[in-house]
Formats: sequence, structure tokens, C-alpha cells
Amino acid sequence: MEKEFTINVFSENYIGLLNRLTIIFTRRKINIESLTVSESHIKGIHCFTIVVKATESVVRKVVQQIEKVVDVLKAFYYTSDQIIFQEIALYKVPTAALTMGTGIEALVREHQARILEVTPEYTVIEKTGHKEETQNLMKKLKQYGLLEFIRSGRVAITKPMKELTVHLQEREMQYNYNN
Amino acid sequence: MKITGAEAVLLSLIEEGVDTIFGYPGGAIMPIYDALFDKKEQLNHILVRHEQGAVHAAEGYARIKGQVGVCVVTSGPGATNLVTGLADAMCDSIPLVCISGQVTSPLLGSDAFQETDVIGITMPVTKWNYQITEAGEIAEVMAKAFYVARTGRPGPVMIDIAKDAQFATVDFKYTKCTKLRSYLPFPKVQKKDIDAAVALINKADKPLILAGHGVLISHAERELLKFAEKTGTPVALTLLGLSAFPSSHPLYVGMLGMHGNIGPNVNTNKCDLIIAIGMRFDDRITSDLRTYAKQASVIHIEIDPSEVNKNVEANVKIVADAGEALRALLPKVKQANNSEWLESFREHDKVEYDRVISKKLEGTNPEIKMDEVVDLVCRLTNGDAVIVSDVGQNQMVAARNYKFTRPDSWVTSGGLGTMGFGLPAAIGAKIAAPEREVVLFAGDGGFQMTLQELGTVAQTGAVIKIIVLNNRFLGMVRQWQDMFFDKRYSFTEITSPDFVTLASAYGIKGRRVTSRDQLQDAIVEQMGSNESFLVEVMVEREDNVFPMVPSGENVSNVRLD
Repeated sequence: MEKEFTINVFSENYIGLLNRLTIIFTRRKINIESLTVSESHIKGIHCFTIVVKATESVVRKVVQQIEKVVDVLKAFYYTSDQIIFQEIALYKVPTAALTMGTGIEALVREHQARILEVTPEYTVIEKTGHKEETQNLMKKLKQYGLLEFIRSGRVAITKPMKELTVHLQEREMQYNYNN
Repeated sequence: MKITGAEAVLLSLIEEGVDTIFGYPGGAIMPIYDALFDKKEQLNHILVRHEQGAVHAAEGYARIKGQVGVCVVTSGPGATNLVTGLADAMCDSIPLVCISGQVTSPLLGSDAFQETDVIGITMPVTKWNYQITEAGEIAEVMAKAFYVARTGRPGPVMIDIAKDAQFATVDFKYTKCTKLRSYLPFPKVQKKDIDAAVALINKADKPLILAGHGVLISHAERELLKFAEKTGTPVALTLLGLSAFPSSHPLYVGMLGMHGNIGPNVNTNKCDLIIAIGMRFDDRITSDLRTYAKQASVIHIEIDPSEVNKNVEANVKIVADAGEALRALLPKVKQANNSEWLESFREHDKVEYDRVISKKLEGTNPEIKMDEVVDLVCRLTNGDAVIVSDVGQNQMVAARNYKFTRPDSWVTSGGLGTMGFGLPAAIGAKIAAPEREVVLFAGDGGFQMTLQELGTVAQTGAVIKIIVLNNRFLGMVRQWQDMFFDKRYSFTEITSPDFVTLASAYGIKGRRVTSRDQLQDAIVEQMGSNESFLVEVMVEREDNVFPMVPSGENVSNVRLD
């Protein structure tokens, strides 16, 4: 059965590596639902957070093939209950809508969003949360003349306590360094 | 002392022990070719007639020499012409380092003359690739390229070098790569996996070894022999594993796969334990996975972790080099003799001989069978030649009939099935092993895909014995049309030039065989020749290769006619 998986890939920072990873998904005709790339807490190691919908058997094979990529150190996959994850969304509404009543202000409070910037023309609201939550606020802001909406890719922290460095040490233990 | 980037590339090759390169010059690679002019003593450059020829020759060279094959080509079409060979090497785990010239770095991305996105194009068909835009990167990148190409599961690496980086000067210091943080190619054999495997092996009554190319790559033929003998386990080989186990050995039960022998295919579904060594359960071996070896436990010895549990779930996974794993297993497995089980293969062999092989070889058929030709070559060369095949019926017939007596004697395109592979691969194989007889079996179709490399044969003087099995059809496709498409021979009839005349145009001797009474004489003359020699054999037009497990069917459903 297909469900949502979050794949974390830790890699060296090489030009073109993202392309090498996406090829592994496109070969199997898997759509990437969300993608975030940033440097990890270890200098020089980058982390890709990739969200896909697929069966576990396929995701396991994909992750094995990702780990095979020369510049990848380690890849993991998680179901949604194994991670704490967030996405960030930004909304631009006309400032005039804010002055017409308390509707937007109430929405901001209710959705634990915050206002980032107010200009005479527009106001920018920020909300972090799961996709349904940011989506929900987007729908509600539409009635106030939502001008722009953008949502980031997912970022995720894993619940298991094992740190990447421990995984990497374990991995090194399983290998020799010469012929 | 400063040297140019172009010289740095060549010195890197020399540092890696390279003495032969296959290539074709062009604009963006000219600085490297200019530097090569002064390195002719150390680097033997083989000028091919098309870049595809260079990459297949490098593959043949790598397979027989057991070293990294090297290609040098120009940008744009030079580089794109390598793609088929890169894909081929990727499938068949062949170590290559291919170097392409690229437009000068300020022009990158501007659709300059002969610019293509080589890194983008080759990404899915290389183990690793990298674009060099500064001469200072050359030494480190070349070292990494060779390390990645030859270690772990070997594969092709593409290095694209901008022309300005070839011209620029640099202080050259070469250090071989011995470690990468992200890439660990030498897995340690885990004791718990060995113990679990030993437990399965020691209680098996009907074990079966499926040995593949990994055994040859690891040079584990002796370990395989010892292991099989101690445990009394029958050995079946994959197409790419041929020659890893002596075909005359009593424990050898034949080739697996679509056109393999009946015994190992049918008994895959009868054994109680599969010991898969250096093979990847390709669909031409497993056919229908839903019915494949469901009764058996599986031990999978494989150096590439992504192959384990990919197609067939293994009960015990040993992610390791084949030789290391076998050496760890050997002292722990108990002596066994499975003569009754082995006998069951012989019964299948008898059926196969009576129903298929005898008809192919007895020589009573009015027209020459392809099998007869291979069988004759096998007898004349005592099973000791390097056999190179093209792809199709000629390939299956060569694989089925040549009785290999020594390892590293078989060069074929397995995973990708690249028609046109044969002739250039044979050139590479001969240059790798000039002391050995190199025989190419090709069909009339595949031979015409790369026959311009006859020019390379002529210019290099590489002595190759070329046998074109001419049935005036694209035989394997015609066979499928015959069996599965109501004999609708859609565009499989093909005409050919007179191959003997063509060879003579290149200064290569040749003979044409149209009847059985000419065959022996022609092949004897060919094998006795100390020059390249082409024999075109007109064979039965609509001969089909059997046995056959039709694509996607249960491996037990072997068709014999």
C-alpha cells in the first residue's frame, strides 16, 4: 500500500548530486512531493529531506540505491509517525483587508500564525505547521483577497535517538579501507 | 615545475598504471592529444573509427586485463557517442574511466559549438562523473575516478574537462585515492552472517550455487571450486559468470537464464537452498519472480548492498566481496556429497541432449547450424580461447556451446544487450591479451552496427578471428516473431554486403562458407592464421535457440521447440 515517507539523505556537497538523486525517483516514476536541501550540523555534509508517496518495499529499494551514489554518506526513510516535521508557509494579503475588521487578526491568533511585515499596500503572514494546517489557513485567507501564497518543503527531526555521527561510525566499522 | 592540465591528465593515467587508451580526437580534446604526441612511448593510443568503438574496446580490454579501461574523446558528439557503452559498462560492472573534452569554461551553458551537457547526459549511466574546469582539480579528480571505477562493484566514470583547464598550467602532484568519506567499497564479512549461512548450508540436501560475474571480478574462481567441492554443491553460472567454473567439472550443471540449460533452470524451483554469489537475479535469470524458487532458502553474497533484496528476498545477506565471503565460509561448512541431487541435473541434461543439442550438432541438417560452428571452434581451440560475442542468437549459441576451460575468457554484453558490442570489444580483448587467441562470434545484424572498426583492426594489426554467423535475419527478434507474434516477420529480414570482400577492402583475409563440407577447412585455416581472418558462415535461416524460458514465465516452463 502506498503511503507517505520522508527520506533523509546525508551527502557531500557536490554540484549535480541533486540530479543524481532525482534520477533514482524518476526512473521508477515516483513524484517528489516535497524537497528541502540544507547543510547539516556537521560541516560539509548536506541533508536532503525528500517526501514521496510509495510502498515501503519501493522506498526501501530507492533508499538503497540512493546510498549507492558515491557522494552519499547515508540515507534513511521514515513514516510520518517516526518524525517531527514542519513546513513553513508565507501569505500575502492586502493591508486594506486587515483594516476592515478583526477577521484576519482572529485567524492569525487562532492558527498560531504571525505577521511578519505590514506596509500600506500588503501584509505578510507566516505560519509553520503540517501541510493540512498551512493549507487550511490559505483557504481561509482567500476570502480576504489572498495575493500570494508559498509553502516550503518539509523539514524533519527524527524521533529515534541515534545520531548521524553514530550511524556513520557504525558504518565505518563495517568496512575496510583497502583492497 | 608547472605543466599543462593536458599533461597532468596523461601523467595521472600513467600514475594509475594505464598503458593503453582508446580514443578519437576532436576540437575540445586537442590539448590532450597534443600532449599525447610526447607520451607515445608510455601510452599506446588506439585510434578507433567511432567513439562507440572506443568505449566497447575499453570494455573488452577491462574485462580481459582486469584493469580499468580508458577512453578519450572530444566534446559534444564525441561524448554522446560514448553513452551506449557507458550504460553497457554500468549494467555489467565494467571499470572504465572516460575522459571527454569540453568547451572552454566561460562558454559553458551558452550552447557553444560542440557543447553538450555531458554530466547531465551521463549521470544515469555512470557510477560517478565530474566536470573539471580548473587544472588544479585534475590530479585529485583523476585519482578519485580510478578509485571509484575499480573498487566495490566496478563501473564507468566520466570525466569532462573544459578546454581551458587542459591549457592552463599547474603544479602536478599525484596521490592515489585510498579513502572517501562517503564511499566505502570494501565491506567486512560479518561473522553473524557467515554463521547464519553456514547453518543453512550444512542442513541443505539440495543446495544450488548460482555464480555470476562477481566471482570473476573478485578472482574467486579457486575459492568457488573449493567451496563447491567441499559441500558437494552443483554450480550453475550466469551468462556473465561463464568461465568462472570449469565447464568439464562434474559439479558444473550449466548456464542459467532464458537460453540456459534445463537442469539449473528447472532445479531452481526444486532446490532447498540457493547460494547466489556475485550475481543480481536479473529478470533474464528469474523470469517470473512470483514463482521463482519459492521453496528455497536464499543466501545472497553480493558486494553491492542495493542488489540485495532488490529482486529476490534473501534469508541471509552477505554484503561482501565474493572471494572474502567464500574464504570465510570454507572452513566452517561441512563436507557433503549430494550425488542423488546432482543426478537429477544429469537427467535434465540427457533430455536436453536428446531433444535439442544432438539435433543442433549431429550435422545431418541440410544447412549449417550456428551451434556446429561454435562447437568446431571450441574443439580447435581446446576451450582455451577468449570468446567475444555480439548480441542475439550468435551470443546465446556461443555461450551455450563453447566449453570454457579457463577464467576470464568470455566477453559479452549481458545486462544491456548492446548489438554492435562484439567487434570493438574483441579489439580491446586482443590488445589486453595479445598472446591469446581471440575469436568473435557475431550475427550479420550486429556486425553491421560497428563494422567500421575493421579499420581499427587493420590499423592496429590486432589479430582477431571474426566469425559472422549469417542467417540474413535479425535472428533473435525473428525467433520471437516466430514464437510469439504469429510469424509476422516485421522488418527482421536484412541484407548484408559481401563480408569477405568488405574485409579484403580493409586488407583482412576472409572466406565464405556456404556448405558444411567447406566449414572445417575454413575454420582450420582461420584458427591457424597469424593475421586477422574473417569467416562468413551462411547458416540455417530460421533456426531458433532452445531451450527457452519465455519472458516472464515460470523458469520451470522450459520450451524445447
